[in-house]
Amino acid sequence: MLAGLVVVALIFGALIGPQFFRAANLELMARQTVIVCVAALGMTMVIVSGGIDLSVGSVVALSTVVTALILNRHAGPAVSAVGAIVAGALCGAANGLLITQLRVVPFIVTLGTMLLVRGAAKGLADERRIEAPITWLNNLLRTVRDGSGLLLPTGIWLTVALAIVVALTLRYTRFGRHLFAIGSSERTARLCGVRINRTKVAVYAVAGACAALAGVMEFSKLSVGDPTVAVGLELDVIAAVIIGGGSLSGGKGSVVGTIAGAAIMAVIQIGCSQQGLPNWVQQIVTGSIIVGAVALDRWRSSQS
Amino acid sequence: MAEPIDPLEVAAQAFGPALLEMRGVRKSFAATVALDGVDLVVREREVCGLVGQNGAGKSTLMAILAGALKPDAGVMRLGGAPYAPRDPLDARQAGVAMIYQELSLAPHLTAMENIVLGVEPTRGPLAIVDRERMRRTAEAALAELGHADIASDAIVGNLPLAAQQLVEIARAIAFGCRVLVLDEPTSSLTHADVRKLFDRIGRLKRQGIAIVYISHFIEEVKAVSDRFVVLRDGRNAGDGVTSTTRAEEIVGLMVGRAFDELYPRGVRTPGDPVLELDAVVPGAATLTLRRGEVVGIAGLLGAGRTRLLRTIFGLEPVKSGRIGVGVYSGPAAPHERWRQGMGMLSEDRIGEGLARGLSIADNMTLSRLESLGPAFAVLPSRQDAAATRWIDRLAIRCAGPRQAVAELSGGNQQKVAVGRLLHHDVDVLVLDEPTKGIDVASKAQIYKLIDELVSGGQKAVLLVSSYLPELLGVCDRIAVMARGRLGAARDVAEWNEHSLLMEASRTRAAS
Repeated sequence: MLAGLVVVALIFGALIGPQFFRAANLELMARQTVIVCVAALGMTMVIVSGGIDLSVGSVVALSTVVTALILNRHAGPAVSAVGAIVAGALCGAANGLLITQLRVVPFIVTLGTMLLVRGAAKGLADERRIEAPITWLNNLLRTVRDGSGLLLPTGIWLTVALAIVVALTLRYTRFGRHLFAIGSSERTARLCGVRINRTKVAVYAVAGACAALAGVMEFSKLSVGDPTVAVGLELDVIAAVIIGGGSLSGGKGSVVGTIAGAAIMAVIQIGCSQQGLPNWVQQIVTGSIIVGAVALDRWRSSQS
Repeated sequence: MAEPIDPLEVAAQAFGPALLEMRGVRKSFAATVALDGVDLVVREREVCGLVGQNGAGKSTLMAILAGALKPDAGVMRLGGAPYAPRDPLDARQAGVAMIYQELSLAPHLTAMENIVLGVEPTRGPLAIVDRERMRRTAEAALAELGHADIASDAIVGNLPLAAQQLVEIARAIAFGCRVLVLDEPTSSLTHADVRKLFDRIGRLKRQGIAIVYISHFIEEVKAVSDRFVVLRDGRNAGDGVTSTTRAEEIVGLMVGRAFDELYPRGVRTPGDPVLELDAVVPGAATLTLRRGEVVGIAGLLGAGRTRLLRTIFGLEPVKSGRIGVGVYSGPAAPHERWRQGMGMLSEDRIGEGLARGLSIADNMTLSRLESLGPAFAVLPSRQDAAATRWIDRLAIRCAGPRQAVAELSGGNQQKVAVGRLLHHDVDVLVLDEPTKGIDVASKAQIYKLIDELVSGGQKAVLLVSSYLPELLGVCDRIAVMARGRLGAARDVAEWNEHSLLMEASRTRAAS
């Protein structure tokens, strides 16, 4: 997938010229992609376990609303962000509980909660945008060149740190290995004494928290709580995981792949707009890449 | 069979020329030889009983006959002409029809739609289905079976099981079937329906159809067939005229071959009980398993053995009764069973036993990752070290502990599944068909391993197997499960293959 990223970047580099690779441009792409990236880290774990979460976009919207509401109660920005993340984790845990207790497939459950959470966000916000006081939360994705030495916006550093944590969790913890086992063969995992229900509730809760963190970043960009934001974002998030080698039948997926997947989409998006190509071209290219990446993966695994 | 008369000669005189001939049929699946040069000849107006133990090759032979599998070698002739079906439809068009144990009907369609399924009569250039002809064809076929009472537009799923089977037979004969194969057709029928089925088979026979009748139940084969053919380990083990052969002789041919050196047996001294079953339902099971012994459960497919093991291991709910594991008592989930020192090997290696996409190391260590790192961590290096130990000990042929299980042969896959129990170091090993579908060398290794484990005096094995020599060779005590009930465990010396098979196939007359 990294090779794919390099190829796509080089194509646009050749089309647009060396300025495509200037630090400011790369940073722009990174800023564009962090929101999808953060949500996709949670989605990677869900997809590795053989599940799917369609409620991501709605949780992002809910998170912007919750952040704004708490800020308006004169609470600190940190409290607001944590509150939003807890709300997201609760949504995720509810997904997990519905999936395991009602034995309804994740696609259906999260299709339902996608609407449910979106509705709740609109209700909470009274179907309006919620203005909120300006705090440091609004600077998460802003470059501050005051020589403080961070070089990149805080949000990007946060994403990098989260990516490392998720990668380590998947590879080096019992929880991570159990996710792969469940995704690869749930019956085998059960035979081997893996606590399936518990693990699933946990993974959806983590995915919900990740989506909510993405929502906090979305809030940072918008500086208002908007219940109508991020409609369809879940599809970008799923696409990032799939381009990155995740399999919807479970048992496969990696953090590096997912980030590369998200980056490929960002490069295409920014490359196309800087090349002056209209939006529809960008969509056709992205769509082709999704199908192409999965077909390539299929073909490679059938060769071995 | 030492009679000087060749049974085929007798058959030729009594029943006319061969309709179906299969000669020297061979078929292997990877390392497993399923059929090693099998002959089967069936004549017109003849019912041929095909018998053999599980894994003898009956199903493979019939799958080849039905065009579902291609033989590696061998010649087939149907009515004197070469016969090599490309697929099941091709076989059906040539006049070979199958009735399987599991009915293959579309439950939401009507009887007549099922009967003409795949060969619907049509009219006009648009190939519109001709429902009138469909009805006539279906009703003619049902009438031929003497069952015009089954409405041709009844939804099949609403019909009783025996009627569903009739619909399936009607489908077979509606388009000129010459050879009809019935594979365990009575397993879900009542006594009265079985008798009716036998009448029907007699009627079809008189119409000139050659019938192959497959069953575990020797009494049924005795009752319905003219001639029988016994398969054992993928070879012909004997054949004869049914009316002049006693049931015991047929069982003797199924069981066959002398006991060999496959089963080592160390000094075994049974110690404390580690597993106690007290009137456990499902299974109606009462049994005590001690350290240092192997207790086997014999029985036919579908007798409920797997369900009992799964209930013990917490994969299925206990309806009543008590299960005691060591000092623990009562039902428990699989993760608790593992903690109590019990591990289970699934009979469904591909679907449940192993996560095929994962590596050998992941599969072997999955039940016990706790020991492989501090706190919540799992260190791949320790995982690999643990796996490598069992790869060496079990002589698993692989590229290394990180190779995906799907890439291994059946025998090596099974050794990975066994390795999981060894890595966990459980005291009670619950093994469901541990040697199913694996090569002889791997089987021998597993037998040796079981003996070494229990001879140590600490471990105990509960073994379900459909292969009788294996049970007799490996176990200290054996209990037989028949029709959902587990009998008393008796010392292995009190059993032989013959008595086990007789006990396991106690027909419904006894129940």
